[in-house]
Amino acid sequence: MNRLAEHPVLGTYERGRRVTFTFDGEPMEGFEGEPIAAALRAAGVLTHRYTAKNKEPRGVFCAIGRCTDCVMVVNGKPNVRTCVEPLCEGMAIRTQHGLGNGAVAEKEERP
Amino acid sequence: MKRRDLIIIGAGPAGLSAAIEAAQYGLDVVVYDENALPGGQLFKQIHKFFGSKEHRARERGFRIGQQLLEEAGRAGVEVVLGAQVIGLYDGLIVQVVRGDRIERVRANAVVIATGASENMVPFPGWTLPGVIGAGAAQTMANLHGVRPGNDLLMVGCGNVGVVVAYQMLQAGCRVQAMIDASRAIGGYGVHAAKVARTGVPFFLGHTILQAEGDGKVESATIAQVDERWQPVPGTEKTFAVDTICLAVGLTPATQLSRMAGCTMVNLPGLGGLVPATAQNGATSVPGLYVAGDAGGIEEASSAMIRGRLAGLAAARRQGFADSQAAESRGQELHESLDRLRGGPFGERIRAAEELMHKALEKEAACQTA
Repeated sequence: MNRLAEHPVLGTYERGRRVTFTFDGEPMEGFEGEPIAAALRAAGVLTHRYTAKNKEPRGVFCAIGRCTDCVMVVNGKPNVRTCVEPLCEGMAIRTQHGLGNGAVAEKEERP
Repeated sequence: MKRRDLIIIGAGPAGLSAAIEAAQYGLDVVVYDENALPGGQLFKQIHKFFGSKEHRARERGFRIGQQLLEEAGRAGVEVVLGAQVIGLYDGLIVQVVRGDRIERVRANAVVIATGASENMVPFPGWTLPGVIGAGAAQTMANLHGVRPGNDLLMVGCGNVGVVVAYQMLQAGCRVQAMIDASRAIGGYGVHAAKVARTGVPFFLGHTILQAEGDGKVESATIAQVDERWQPVPGTEKTFAVDTICLAVGLTPATQLSRMAGCTMVNLPGLGGLVPATAQNGATSVPGLYVAGDAGGIEEASSAMIRGRLAGLAAARRQGFADSQAAESRGQELHESLDRLRGGPFGERIRAAEELMHKALEKEAACQTA
């Protein structure tokens, strides 16, 4: 478990209420309002997406919404920066392949 | 189109300080920030600041963030969150995305306070999940209470490297090693000493060769470098780590200043390409100011003073602060900034500022010739 219960400087963390969400269809728990990436990291998920051409895994890099390495498909919408997008009850979060929405997959299938 | 006296982009230490200063002179000020919470990177700074009392030394960053937010509230500053500025036209028309809507607002003055992003170093395996910015590790642990990993390698022993390494220990992670290609520790001695006292080994004159792992970081290999920064064969060491933190510098966020057509200068001492500015943050575009890391990498302490200077300048430009008191306030802020940059750590900034002023003089001379 990667969650800190208590911190020597900060004391206890103020967290939102406990909510459930799904990651690639699998039910998971997190706290409302925390970034999706934090909830996923706490649940042990490191790979957020696979690149379009080489299908390489990518995860969080900057954690402040700058680098866009951590984008995923959230409630059907691709390219959501999970490090800054707050977690909500019932969110459906999916690993993104390429640019999401199948756009890249189609392009690649052409000879 | 709506019109405001002053629009500030970024609610970090520089932006909030600019807003508070300007609002005191009666300007109608709005601060846009794309994040869900204001404060920029202040709320993850859980260490005590340096300098003298006037620079809020011995206070922890997140407390300073709370104070700035309270001050901004009292000054009547409007802070709009979840507002991403995507365009700046003629320097003073701000295009902002809020939710699914795009709106444009005209300002009499604009302060860009968009901060910076972390640098990376490419090496085989650097894209593996588990290779993260040191600031990212800090954000995960201190802001969100989630450890980025269990066993860490810190690449870079500058201030960010040593401060974040200690904070990772505080968060309960194990720091397996600290490395830096330089043969000297660049960060504050007091922070480096705190890390060293816990027994974490420092490998100076070392670089990272590669990250290994199947789909995620499982280990990292480092090696000594010679005087030409080339790895020395036979000196490789491998550490079992799940996280590699990169603390190898910051780059100013210049997207908006470039879009606005500001004259840019390349100053490695300030983090690379930056808009050429006067000491009050005025760029080459009339009415457009830059404050904080977006105008050159420094620290939160100087970002707050640079913000205040830009806020004051924006007020004066519109005739809001033409009193004797405002004049001496400007003087006071300039002196405070000079004192902050006075020490050995300010040398890099002072040298870069000098180069910038030379570049500006040269440009002015060309224009009049």
